[in-house]
Amino acid sequence: MSPFPADAASNLSGPPWLRARRAAAFERFQASDLPTEAEEVWRYSRIDELDLDAYSPLGAGAGVVVMDHAGLGRELPPALQAVAVAVGERAGLVVVHNGKVVRTELEPTLAERGVMLGSLVDDDASGEGLVGSVTDVPDAFVDLNTAFMADVVTVRVPRGVAVERPVLVLHWVDAVGGAVFPRLVVQAGEASQVSVVDHVASPAGLAAFVVPVVELDAGDAANVAYVGMQELGRRVWQVGYQASRVGRDAMLGSVLVALGGEYARVATDSRLLGLGGTSRLRALYFGDGAQMHDFRTLQDHDAPKTTSDLLFKGAVEDESRAVYSGLIRIRKGAAGTNAFQTNRNLVLGEGAHADSVPNLEIEENDVKCSHASAVGPIDEEQRYYLEARGLPPEAAERLIVLGFFEEILDDIHITGLHEPLRQAVAAKLETGPKLETAPSGTATA
Amino acid sequence: MSVLEISGLRAGIAEREILKGIDLTVSSGEVHAVMGPNGSGKSTLAHVLMGRPGYEVRAGSARLDGQELLGLPTWRRAHAGLFLAMQYPVEVPGVSLEDALEETFVARGGGRGQVAELLQVEAERIGFRRQLLTRPLNVEFSGGEKKFNETLQLGVLRPRFAVLDEIDSGLDIDALRAVSRRIEAATSESDLGVLAITHYSRILHELRPDVVHVLSQGRIVVSGGPELAQELERTGYAAYGALEAPTEHAEAPPLLEDPFADPLA
Repeated sequence: MSPFPADAASNLSGPPWLRARRAAAFERFQASDLPTEAEEVWRYSRIDELDLDAYSPLGAGAGVVVMDHAGLGRELPPALQAVAVAVGERAGLVVVHNGKVVRTELEPTLAERGVMLGSLVDDDASGEGLVGSVTDVPDAFVDLNTAFMADVVTVRVPRGVAVERPVLVLHWVDAVGGAVFPRLVVQAGEASQVSVVDHVASPAGLAAFVVPVVELDAGDAANVAYVGMQELGRRVWQVGYQASRVGRDAMLGSVLVALGGEYARVATDSRLLGLGGTSRLRALYFGDGAQMHDFRTLQDHDAPKTTSDLLFKGAVEDESRAVYSGLIRIRKGAAGTNAFQTNRNLVLGEGAHADSVPNLEIEENDVKCSHASAVGPIDEEQRYYLEARGLPPEAAERLIVLGFFEEILDDIHITGLHEPLRQAVAAKLETGPKLETAPSGTATA
Repeated sequence: MSVLEISGLRAGIAEREILKGIDLTVSSGEVHAVMGPNGSGKSTLAHVLMGRPGYEVRAGSARLDGQELLGLPTWRRAHAGLFLAMQYPVEVPGVSLEDALEETFVARGGGRGQVAELLQVEAERIGFRRQLLTRPLNVEFSGGEKKFNETLQLGVLRPRFAVLDEIDSGLDIDALRAVSRRIEAATSESDLGVLAITHYSRILHELRPDVVHVLSQGRIVVSGGPELAQELERTGYAAYGALEAPTEHAEAPPLLEDPFADPLA
């Protein structure tokens, strides 16, 4: 029995097709069980600790939290403002407050060329084929998202249009005890180009449950660059899912950054469905205190001559934990495929722990595959070399850790984000209490 | 005028004693060569002086102007004025030379922002390709480029004493000359004292030592002037308890496309 009442889903606004979609997902969710750690894809996770009763969905009706979105539409909290400043010139902006779109801006010239940005709830039937077109439903949380998504942020780029500057999607989660269901769908038409920065943050000290679903659809010969940055507070749980579909000769780049959360999981599922498609998947994660970051990845090759290249790099310190588990699947017919999967973890404290489980499933002969994983402390030779040059131990460690992540930053093409991310990593390394005591930032609820 | 004074130094790894009582004094501006066959303890001496983890000092001292180095962490030894040019400089992915040396300057109490210019000046002096300055530290450098990079850092950090651990290995003759000229210049310009550890006598033709020591089985068995190196070239280490001769390093191939390429690679 869900603690989330059915009318919380049915009272959400939207066109009839969307309401029907929510209702169907709610039915499926009701009929299914939450996953447990006994299942392989949830092994090593903390899912058994999840108490859905501790959270309430947002919206209208009984048993839900009602939000006032007006403030955020006018002014961004400092955490989001900093991202907007770092990104610099942009093609568009969507501000999402607890899953609800509160502000949308798009360069008028792009709108004239058919680029669409914003909320699907206000849209008519044109969005019907869009939502859920890329996602699989690997678990009940994707259904939960579909049932309770207050809004759907869409970025649609027509055939042949290149959106040169990034589109910024900024999420602010500040509903105390709220369950928030952000949904983002990026659809890049044939031979189009778009880059999206999708950032989520919450005030320090706030407890909430965030279930984001991201759908990335790179049409034939399209180029999609996605950067997902998670800087949630230390009491927030996140169970996220990212699905991507890569068409013929298309290029998908995804960089995930996970620095926040108490338990923060993202499962990614990248499907290469067209001849010659490429997905380049990156992640940077760094846990401290009692945080846990959890990544499950699937590189699914279902067309010939496709390439997937995954590099996930993480660090754990204090008592934090990290899990990486990934699968390369090469289906029959995906001949000439190249698939690479590398996961490296730095363990920076005796109480910290990282698990890394790479896997291959190959049904085709003519393929090139590799997987590698490493879990270990800072290289003593590197440390000695730097200290021999006069670097104090903290400085040597900081540079080595920053250096470790540098190749992930190199994949973030929006260079304005590099320095803030370096600073965020360096801040993690500074000793001091890792507990949040008082909420900060602009709470507009 | 500074003095690096090593006395009665006994050290090793775990249960094995490798240095069995080393006495050696180097003064500012002097070049001392420590020669010896493989396994004589040359590299151990270098790393014990710098404080590499894993080595255990059993007895003795190493003082720099009276300050005991052996109890200090490695980075403090560097601040005290000791530099070790490593035999195998380590690759440090994602870390630039400039960022690393900036940290040292800051830790030594100097200001930020001086390193970039110093690097340019030093690179110019020894003919280090400038493109290499912006690459991550030693990553994908040839053996010769790594040794140049060590020399470059020596120039920027201006230590009082430099231990050169086989700085000649991997260098062709032109590169060896360039490195030697720079170190020699430091001995006169900034009064650098040098302890050049080498297996081969080749570098001693370029970096003319004031004193040559022969290390064998963990002890300095003989010390003398530059003529000692020449004698060793003829007679080998056999007279000092080792069978191996300090052969001339094989000459580098005559026409290298990359002058810094590692002839051993």
